Amino acid sequence: MTLEKDPLNLIITGVGGQGNVLASHIVASAGIKEELYVTVGETYGASQRGGAVMSHVRFSSQAQCSPLISEGQADIVVALEPVEALRVMAEFGNPKTRVIVSPRPIYPIWVLSGQAKYPLIEEILGKLEELADRVQVVDVSEDGEALVGANVLMIGALAASGLLPIPIESFEEAMREILAPKDLEMNFQTFRKGMQAMAGG
Amino acid sequence: MSILTVDQPGKSVLMMGNEAIARGAIEAGVNFCAAYPGTPSTEIAESLARVAEHFGLYAEWSTNEMVALEAAAAASLAGLRAIVAMKQNGVNVCSDFLMTISLSGTRGGLVIVAADDPSAISSSNEQDSRNFAKFADLPLLEPATFQEAKDITKWAFELSEKLGLPCMIRSVTRLSHSRGNVKLGEIPEGRPVARFEGAYIAGAFVAIQHSALHQKLEQARAAFEESEFNWYVGPEDAKFIIVTSGSGWFYSREAVAALGLGEKVGILKIGTTWPLPERFIIDHLRQATEILIVEEVDPFLEQNIKVLLAEQAKTLGPIEVYGARSGHLPGFGDINQDKVARALASIKGLEYRTRDEVYAQRASDLALPILPPRMPTFCPGCPHRASLWAIKAALKLDGRDGFVTGDIGCYSLGAGPAGFWQLKTLHCMGAGTGLATGFGQLGQFGFNQPVISVCGDSTFFHAAIPGLINARFNNSNFLMVILDNGGTAMTGFQPHPGSGYDALGRPAPVVEIEEVCKAIGVEVKVRDPFEVDQAIEDLYDMLQEDGAKVMVFRRKCYLVESKEKGRKRVFVEPEKCIGDDCGCARFCSRVFNCPGIIWDQEAKKAKIDEVVCTGCGVCATLCPRGAIVVEGG
Repeated sequence: MTLEKDPLNLIITGVGGQGNVLASHIVASAGIKEELYVTVGETYGASQRGGAVMSHVRFSSQAQCSPLISEGQADIVVALEPVEALRVMAEFGNPKTRVIVSPRPIYPIWVLSGQAKYPLIEEILGKLEELADRVQVVDVSEDGEALVGANVLMIGALAASGLLPIPIESFEEAMREILAPKDLEMNFQTFRKGMQAMAGG
Repeated sequence: MSILTVDQPGKSVLMMGNEAIARGAIEAGVNFCAAYPGTPSTEIAESLARVAEHFGLYAEWSTNEMVALEAAAAASLAGLRAIVAMKQNGVNVCSDFLMTISLSGTRGGLVIVAADDPSAISSSNEQDSRNFAKFADLPLLEPATFQEAKDITKWAFELSEKLGLPCMIRSVTRLSHSRGNVKLGEIPEGRPVARFEGAYIAGAFVAIQHSALHQKLEQARAAFEESEFNWYVGPEDAKFIIVTSGSGWFYSREAVAALGLGEKVGILKIGTTWPLPERFIIDHLRQATEILIVEEVDPFLEQNIKVLLAEQAKTLGPIEVYGARSGHLPGFGDINQDKVARALASIKGLEYRTRDEVYAQRASDLALPILPPRMPTFCPGCPHRASLWAIKAALKLDGRDGFVTGDIGCYSLGAGPAGFWQLKTLHCMGAGTGLATGFGQLGQFGFNQPVISVCGDSTFFHAAIPGLINARFNNSNFLMVILDNGGTAMTGFQPHPGSGYDALGRPAPVVEIEEVCKAIGVEVKVRDPFEVDQAIEDLYDMLQEDGAKVMVFRRKCYLVESKEKGRKRVFVEPEKCIGDDCGCARFCSRVFNCPGIIWDQEAKKAKIDEVVCTGCGVCATLCPRGAIVVEGG
């Protein structure tokens, strides 16, 4: 397979504990099924505990890429948390970047303790609109429990967005390989919810 | 199913660098694996333990890296193939044995994986473990790609066996914890019989042994000259060559491409970095007049190549060397393609930009002023938050300006806002207790501050027991608080001697922490940190007593506990919470700082974020108005 843009650079971002690693793992495994080289750079360890996390996922038909995306070189940003979308755009965005974002905030410890302010969601989305080529908001906050699967839900949205040259079947096959059988059905449902949210929005 | 068991040679799969190393060991027919968990090395042993039964290999979490290496070396001496994996600090821990096993030599393939953490993303230092290979006279391999992580590991076993020496593999965070394509190889069958024979004595005729060791290294060098892990890409007559190893390969290739220098700049990639394949390097530098050396952390390759260039000055003529010493690359921290491209651009007099400057400025202007910082914190429900709160309160009650000495674990976050800034020293595993034994001897110099050392349960077994014995023996004066959350939580809850199960999840005898302390002869109390008032009172009382004392704060890591038991619903009764009229200064959301408690800006009251909350309920015991309720008690 050849890519329109090679390498194609995707950043999945969120907060430690949201399941960034699983999300990037699914996307990358799906990419390998399309016979692409895929490289994923991750954040692990202490930085995961409630800190900002990022997975850099890079697709190429030519060679294995480095695990890090250069400043300003993100083609797609999938954000499980709105402030993190903006943080990533500030460093990795460019006028052609496409953003898929969940608007549900997770407050940093300094916001909870009153030492920092969390911006209004509308303000974040407005600034994202200004910086990105297109921003697609995937609202997962209708029911509280949906956040638990925000990672898989946003991957569903990404899969349905058409931004990656990877068919839905490859995502599903990757999930079958990676997830425990007992969790599979629930995650498929969440994945489809994300697909629908993208199709509807 | 683990990807390590997939028996389809030639199939391309996605693998984490650490999994690729583990798969390389499987393809080499590894029989024995021992390790102590540590980021970024943990998944090597973890994934081998997961397939141990499938392949009939032995895998254990050892109490520390020294024991892990010794245990793995035993397997080697009995003729088996063994692997031991550790983070960079672990190499320090096992270095005493390392410096002598190199002299006695080994038998079955013994591979030591040192996973370094450039920029100390999850560490207290960023040392370059390659220096240990040179220090101990051991052959050193540095994989650059995911494929190579597998292939180099497999080869390391053969090399180790051929030389009768342990082989060291150096990985880095960006390889160990990244994922990429790996083409699988064949999995061998059969299991050798273990049998010890002969003698392995370091210290008998050491100078002769040392000389023999140097001869083995020359054999390694000869093998390295022909190694498939060293290669050159670029124009044959390139005057400018990047020499690189490990993660530097990806970054160098992308930097050269980004600057459009592929026709002018060559890349010499070295996978066997000690001893250097000298002839191979000289052959490829004959045309060169300038070289840039790209590597992570220390200028290890740089210094060794400079020695080679000095020796070969007559053959090679003058070559300008750029790298850390010249200031073009940092010599600390991690690197990436941008840093390499900027170095290359500055040498070549080019400009390197990754995006439009006007856009970059606008992005910063729009985003940075409104972005709240996001510091790592304890998870909701974490017992350490309550333990450190109790320590803070007890020290305040005591009023003698006491302080806390810490070490390595999730609770290291206690040096920051998550743990109320309580940890005042932080170095390496067990160091808090060792330091406390020293502070506790300063009374004759007028020192009158109470000292509390904190250490985790896994750290207790790993490195803190000698400190406690020292305190008992020399009658030091301090309080050791063991934060027992039931496992090695920071790296993903691997078991330790007190956990009751082993690396394969099978039941194991429990070494009780309090029994060990009692046997040492110190006073021990065991408390639940969630009974905060009691915990504060007991800590206070113990601080008033002389000698070494131990408080065990026991409560399971809530990430594990809530999975096992399910979560209880916790909520704020709006009529009981009176917000800022309370006088508690928003204790729950502002002071106690649990991410599960938020301040409702509209209602001006505390509120539980029921998605984030794990239902531990400790906040209910701390709210002065009793406004926080745990459903079902």
